[in-house]
This record gives sequence, C-alpha cells and structure tokens, in this order.
Amino acid sequence: MDFLIFQVPMLMVQASMDGILLGILFALIAYGMALQWGVMNIINIAQGDLVILGGYIAYTMYLAGIHPAWGVIVSPIIMYFVGWALYKLVINKVVDRDLFISILATFGIAIVFQQLMNFIFGADVVVAQSGYGTTMLFDNSVTLPNSKIFSAFISLVYAIALVVYMKKSRLGRAIRATAQNARAAKILGVDTEKVYAATFGINAALCGIAGALISITLTLHPYVGLPYTVRSFMIVIVAGLGNLPAVAISGMGLGLFEEFADYILGTEFRIGAVFMLLVFILVYRRFKLSKKREYLK
Amino acid sequence: MNKIAKLFITLISALTLTLSSVTSSFAKVEGDMIVLGSAISLTGKYSSNGVHTQNGYNMAVDRINKMGGVKVGGKSYKFEIIYYDDESNPKRAAQLAERLIKQDGVHYMLGPYSSGLTKAIAPVTEKYKIPMVEANGASRSLFTKGYKYLFAVLSPANQYLEVAIDLAVEKNGGKPVKIAQAFEQDAFSQDVRLGILDAAKRTGSKIIIDDKLPKELNDMAATLAKVKATKPDVLVVSGHTKGALTAIRQISEMKVDVPMLAMTHCDAAKLSKQHGKNSEYALCASQWHKNLSYKDKFFGGGKKYDKDFKKEFGYAPPYQSAESSAALLVFKDAFERANSFDRDKVRDALKATDMQTFYGNIKFGPGGQNVAKPMILFQVRCKGDVCENKVVAPTKWASDKFFHPIPKWSERS
Repeated sequence: MDFLIFQVPMLMVQASMDGILLGILFALIAYGMALQWGVMNIINIAQGDLVILGGYIAYTMYLAGIHPAWGVIVSPIIMYFVGWALYKLVINKVVDRDLFISILATFGIAIVFQQLMNFIFGADVVVAQSGYGTTMLFDNSVTLPNSKIFSAFISLVYAIALVVYMKKSRLGRAIRATAQNARAAKILGVDTEKVYAATFGINAALCGIAGALISITLTLHPYVGLPYTVRSFMIVIVAGLGNLPAVAISGMGLGLFEEFADYILGTEFRIGAVFMLLVFILVYRRFKLSKKREYLK
Repeated sequence: MNKIAKLFITLISALTLTLSSVTSSFAKVEGDMIVLGSAISLTGKYSSNGVHTQNGYNMAVDRINKMGGVKVGGKSYKFEIIYYDDESNPKRAAQLAERLIKQDGVHYMLGPYSSGLTKAIAPVTEKYKIPMVEANGASRSLFTKGYKYLFAVLSPANQYLEVAIDLAVEKNGGKPVKIAQAFEQDAFSQDVRLGILDAAKRTGSKIIIDDKLPKELNDMAATLAKVKATKPDVLVVSGHTKGALTAIRQISEMKVDVPMLAMTHCDAAKLSKQHGKNSEYALCASQWHKNLSYKDKFFGGGKKYDKDFKKEFGYAPPYQSAESSAALLVFKDAFERANSFDRDKVRDALKATDMQTFYGNIKFGPGGQNVAKPMILFQVRCKGDVCENKVVAPTKWASDKFFHPIPKWSERS
C-alpha cells in the first residue's frame, strides 16, 4: 500500500487524466465487442489480438516511412477485411451454436493470430514514434503525452461516427434489427448472413483503429492481446450491450480504476486489480439476478 | 500357431527395444561427432533471443569444426547440436530435455534462452547427471541450489546493475543516494532487484520507490509520476525489452527528469534505434561489448567476432549470441582437458575451467556461475541523430566518460 498519491495532489490529477485518456481508448475496443456480442451473441476472445494486429499494420507503415497516425485510417480498412474473412472462414460456422463453442473458436483464432504475428513481425517489442511531444500543465507537474490526447480524440471521433452510422444508414438499421431479433429481421428481408459479416468486420476495424493508437501510445508485442480482451469484456459486462454512452463511461471508469489501483496497491496489482474487479462484478450481477429470480418465482 | 506368432512378436519387440536403448546410450559420440542437445525458443515470446542464442551456438560449432575440432584421445571430433523448439514454455523445455537425454541419448547439454527456462531444465540435467553449459540463464537462484552439473558462462543477474548504484554514490560525493526502482516480476528481473537491494544496503542508500511490474504491463506512467513527485537520484528499470522500451517512451513523453537512469536489455530492445535521441544518457548493463580486449584463438577478439557474425547472419551480435558462442569454447576446452567422454571426468574438467575467451574470462564458482568476468555498463550517446552504446564502466575498458547528471528535458534539444 502506498498513499503517496494522497500526499501529492498533482499526482491525483495526473492519475485521473491518464486514466480517462486511456479509458476512452479501452471503450472503443469494448464498443466493438459489445456490438458483435449483441448482434451475434459471440464473445470474441481474439479481440485483443485483433487490436495488436491493427497496431502492427500501423507499425509496418511507420517502418515504410509513413507517419503511424495514418494508421487510424489504413488499419481499420485492412482490418475490416480481415474481420470479414474471419467471419467467412470460421465464425459463420459457430454463430448459431452455443456460446461455449464460439469462445473456443475465438480462443483458437487468438492463438493462431499470436503465432502468426510472432512469425511475421518477430517477438521483439516494438514502438512507432509519433513525435507529437507533450502537453505540460500546472507548471510541469502534470504531463500529458500528446499521443494519448490524440488517441482519445480519434477514439471519440470514430465512436460518434459509428453511432451516427448505426442510426442513419441502411446497414446500421439492419444490424440493429438483427441484434433485436435475428429471426424477425430475416423474415422481413434482412440478409442476416451479410449483417453478421459486416458486424464482425466493423468490430475488427474498430480494433484496427485502437491498435494503431496503441502503437504510438504504448508498446506492441505479439502476446499482449489478452489484457485488452479482458478489459473490453469487463467494460461490456458493466455497461451492457449496445449502449455507447454507458460503454464510454465504464471505459473511463476502468481507466481511472486501473490508474488508482496502480498508485495505491502498487503497479504489480494493476492488471490483477482489473481481474479482481471482474470477479467482483460477475458475482454481484449474479447475486442481483438471483434475487430477481426469487421474486419472479 | 497363434501363440507362437504372439511369442514371436513379443520377442521381436523386446529385441528392438533393447537395441534401441543400446544405440542411444552410445549416441553421445557418434563416429567422429560429439552430439550436444539444446531446447531453444524458436517460437513464442522468447523467439528473437532464442534465435540469437542458436546463431551464437551455430557460429561457434562451425568455427571449432573448421579449425580442427575437438581432440580427445588423439582423435579429432566435431561438434553437432540437436535442437528442439521449446516454444518459450518452461514445461515444454523440461520435457524436451528429458527427450534429448532419454531418447536421443545426448550426454552433454547446452542451455536454453532465459533464466526461467534454464530453471526448468536444470533439475532434469541434474537428475540424469548430464553436464550443461548454459549461456542465457543469469538468475541467482540457479546458482544457490547446489547444482553440480550446471555451468554458466555469464555473470549472475544480481551483478547486472550493482555497479550502477556504486557509480551513483561515487557521483554523489560518496554519500548515499535515493533510489527509485521498477522491476518486472520474473526470476531474472527480481534477481537484478536483489542486487540493487544489496548495493543499497552496502552504501546506506535509501529505496524510495520499489515497484513491481506485471509481465503484461506496457504502461508505467504511474511509477514515473511518482518518480517526478519524489525526485530520486537514480531510477533503475528492468523488465526485459518491453520494460526498457516502455520506460524510455514514457520518460521522454512525461518529461521525467532524473539524474541517472540505469536499465537492462537495452541491446535486445535496440533502444537507440527505436527511440533515437530520447534514449540518450540511459545507462545499460551488458554481459559483453565488442570493444572489450579479451582474446581467444577461435574468434580473435570482440571486434573480429562482431565482424564475422555480421557477415554470417547479417546483423550485429547482441551479447546473447556472444555468450552462447563462448559456451561451446568452454565445452571444447573441457573435453580436451578431460581427454575422455566420461561424463564425470568432463564434469570435473568443466569445474576446473579457467580460460579466456573473446567474450571474457571464464572460471566457475561453487554454484556454477562465472566469477571471473565483471559486468560492463554502457551509456547511450548521440551525435546528431546517430546514437551509439559507449562503454563507461569499468574504467579499464571505458571508451567514454560517464555523463552525469542527465540534462533536464527542458535543456535537451
């Protein structure tokens, strides 16, 4: 336990800002997961690995001399097709099955992706340089890397664009209809197969954006996908499916929680605290549900 | 009839089994080949360093074989290595060690990459009394278990950054310093930490931040914010390549001013290449540097090794390759002094090793660690946009003066 954060008020500001900026990025990944979970009833264990793959696309551009920030445009386009292909190859065979089968299938995809990335990009940890500099507040006592601000901003822009798209466009409406009731949508002429493929593609594209942002804010490595999966899973559990503002808020909440856990419990418990919170939330939800069930009986 | 057939089959299989076990027990030396075995990480998270290790082994095998091989009992033998991919997984590594020993009949082993995997394999080689010379397991706990068949050509992990604390104290006019440290939670990094704790105790220095980094971590903003708030004299970070890269990225982004920054794995992280000027002044522990003046007749000196290695593999050798090459020189020397393939004689010869290689002097202490070679520290220095690692300690090999303190970010261009 370390209470330094309460003694130095500026640390509190720093932690909050770091947490919120990071949380928005998590929320973007989580929104993709919520979308596809809601529409297809699939929990995608490979979510984090799609993120990392997106990051490697931006990193490859960086190696080729293109500024990695362009990755937030190129990476989602490529990742959309990766997601679409994944759907056609694997997911369409498990989409109507039980949840357990799809978890196994995506778990398998995650392993294959990790090994492929390791094979193609190597096991070295890599970073892409944005050269964006730093914003300093309160006489240098709080520093915010501009790359983090940039990533939070881009995440917000994409998230809002997506919400509008889901509301206004034809495909967006079809996706929402399928999420509500796939059979009814089918009867009314929605090509659910296409909707599923598009949803999986959109999710992968969101991961691609997040990955590109991670390549300039954090580090990339073929085997660091899982923590992103867990975080988005948790955000979705707290926020529920298909509710973007809730996802954004619970994303930021998670970011804050992580930062404060880091300061107070120690860095070694940062990821551990996330897992603990997950367990706590699951137990709490179950407890609440069982109460409701009793009442229904 | 049926019974006879069954009996016949049983006999045949019994015979094959016996034969196979007989052949395997001679497999250590086949014809003029001395067969060594190694489980190595060719896939998984250690694969890049695994490949550096393998390249180091292969380079030495080629060189020794070309230069006359190993002379035992008046006959010249050549080295050959059986490799298996351990997938960077300790359990798999232990299984493969069993397989190398029991199925392939290997009687001499070379180590895998990383302390964790060496720790997994050592009990196996010890059980079968197989001498293992390892070059990539530096964890102190490997040398405190009383292993008799384990020999490491490298300095143990706790020595990695001890020198850095001494340097900091020296720069502070001999007065104790305030230390902030962040270490990954794995065998190696925690041993580096123990070394720092010893050094702190010895010099009366105080540790004001002592963070442990989980292995999935790629964000240490919290630690660095604490460093900013508490202003230590030296910041020590060790968390393999990820730790080194994350630290430099966030120190430069958060403009953390600290007079001295000491790290491990800068070489493997290609720190100066990936972060350029932002990595300047970082102080890094290394097992080896090409500028050291050690020599042997196989590779000449460090610079020649560097050149030959580049020619063969197309990249500059990290110390992981150099130390791996040295492991084979040790084996060759031991075989020749033992003048026998008897495992215990070879083991005793290994124990008595006292030699110089291009990589450094090698002499094994009671636990099997190399006690004859000091760690070196280099500092990243940049001229324009080109950054290089310059040896700054120990003074005997220092090519440049240690730059201290690190200028504030506001004064750095």
